[in-house]
Amino acid sequence: MAILSLQGVSKSFGALKVTDNVSFDLAAGEALGIIGPNGAGKSTLFNLITGNLRPDGGKVLLHGRDITQETPMQRCASGIGRSFQIPQPFGHLSVYENLLVAARFGGGVSATEAPSLCMDILHRTGLAALADRKAGALPLLNRKRLELARALATRPRVILLDEIAGGLTDAECVDLIATIRAIHAEGTAIIWIEHVLHALTSVVTRLIALNFGQVLMSGTPDEVMAAPQVQEIYLGIEA
Amino acid sequence: MKTLVTGLIGLAVMVALALVPVLGPRILVQDLFKVLCLLVLALNWNLLAGFAGLVSVGQQAFVGVGAYVMFATTILWGWDPLAGVLVGGVVAMALSIPVAFFAFRLNGAYFAIGTWAVADIARLSFGQWRALGGGTGTALPRDATREMLGVDAVRELLGVSAAAAVDAMTYWLALLLASALLLGCWLFLRSRMGLGLQAVRDNPVAAQSVGVDPTRLKALVFLLTAFATGLCGALLFIQIGRISPDAAFSLLDWTAFVIFIVVIGGIGTLPGPIVGVLVFYGLQRLLSDYGTVYLIALGLIGIAVMLFARRGLWGGLIDRLGFDPLPLGHAAPQKSPRDIQEERP
Repeated sequence: MAILSLQGVSKSFGALKVTDNVSFDLAAGEALGIIGPNGAGKSTLFNLITGNLRPDGGKVLLHGRDITQETPMQRCASGIGRSFQIPQPFGHLSVYENLLVAARFGGGVSATEAPSLCMDILHRTGLAALADRKAGALPLLNRKRLELARALATRPRVILLDEIAGGLTDAECVDLIATIRAIHAEGTAIIWIEHVLHALTSVVTRLIALNFGQVLMSGTPDEVMAAPQVQEIYLGIEA
Repeated sequence: MKTLVTGLIGLAVMVALALVPVLGPRILVQDLFKVLCLLVLALNWNLLAGFAGLVSVGQQAFVGVGAYVMFATTILWGWDPLAGVLVGGVVAMALSIPVAFFAFRLNGAYFAIGTWAVADIARLSFGQWRALGGGTGTALPRDATREMLGVDAVRELLGVSAAAAVDAMTYWLALLLASALLLGCWLFLRSRMGLGLQAVRDNPVAAQSVGVDPTRLKALVFLLTAFATGLCGALLFIQIGRISPDAAFSLLDWTAFVIFIVVIGGIGTLPGPIVGVLVFYGLQRLLSDYGTVYLIALGLIGIAVMLFARRGLWGGLIDRLGFDPLPLGHAAPQKSPRDIQEERP
């Protein structure tokens, strides 16, 4: 059974249809990439999955259970974690406290177990040395790492990564990819929106291309990237 | 260790303050009573604005409601004023439920204006209560406070007049309220819910994404601060002895001065309101005879602190000292299981 399913999900802002009848399944432990030009509706799709937006039509199912009407908090507790495209740290809290909030609330971890869980995640994401630093004072790479670490602290079964490699140098990307691979190897399902294609295709086993809110194509990374319609809308190469 | 030392110092200060009615003159008791009440209001406002991000300009609504309910229970129903204080707090909290229902639909400046409007509606409404003097107000019967529960015992204990015993009683209650609130705030902010509240203040959308319910936490804080503000309002007006809508719902006395205290002391820090109230008291003693100039001076000091010391006097001080004697944060554990494992041969 799919861990996450979208069935005919649609969303409009006024006359603009940003998500148009999108359907797909995510298998347990799968790594799925989503690509598409700016404005294709990728981040809106994430907001529909996490409950930050309610769809106008269609259903979102987690383990076969309809969660379309559930709040973001309920969905987080059910196992959906996310990172934001523009990092959203709790700026006045320390890096460690950012994870502690996530572990205690979203992860449902007890007060005695939370510190070791948080420190373990901080080690895995390379943030342990900055644990007591105020999150608002972190540079971009570490903010991106914090996004990932905080999402992991909710102990997700599906993690949604929104352009987490954007703005990073190649060397920084290599570190991040290794961390994401390790998370995937532990069995966490991943949906990853990314423009840094070499990073994305080195992790995911399936790609979905979106355009104007619709699924343009779905398949292996090689199939999707080679498709003329994807090259045309995404890479600007005329077929 | 730091927290223990701070706790012991706090306890010593509390004992010293508790002895003021025994050893000090009555005028000092009356002055410190007002300082303690302002501290209670400031701690409440700091919890709202500094930790929950709810910048309310309408807290005078709960002061006024608490005070009016205490007057009503005492004058109309003949209850002990101390029972009226408790009922005043409960009614203020009950009022905060519909206020939250409407005000929580507003954000930022709109929330501030909304709460101000609610407070003014309350002021105008209570001005229609003819049994309590309408717009001109009324006074507490003299005997009502002198026959308050415990006043006779205090009179005998201190060997003072009934009026001085009432002052001592209200002073000790204000000290108890301020101490309980300070300790309660510290425990709450160090708890899971306090951590969630600070996450909501910093970023409500991200807080939702990690499982924190912003509305629930904010509503809880709004209700609890309304209760404590209502208690404080009722207590204040036992000592003042006379009530009118303009005095009980005064924006200047119960909110503007309180905002000044929190801002100059250090918003979002727990000791900030204590520092702020001491500075405010000092300025009041020095400048209050100068009328308008006093208010202009307060405004200029507030602006200067906001421009040049945004974390307030306490925030600036701990930045310089490099340590916080009353930390609210959760320090990361020194060693994780992985560290310990790696260190093993």
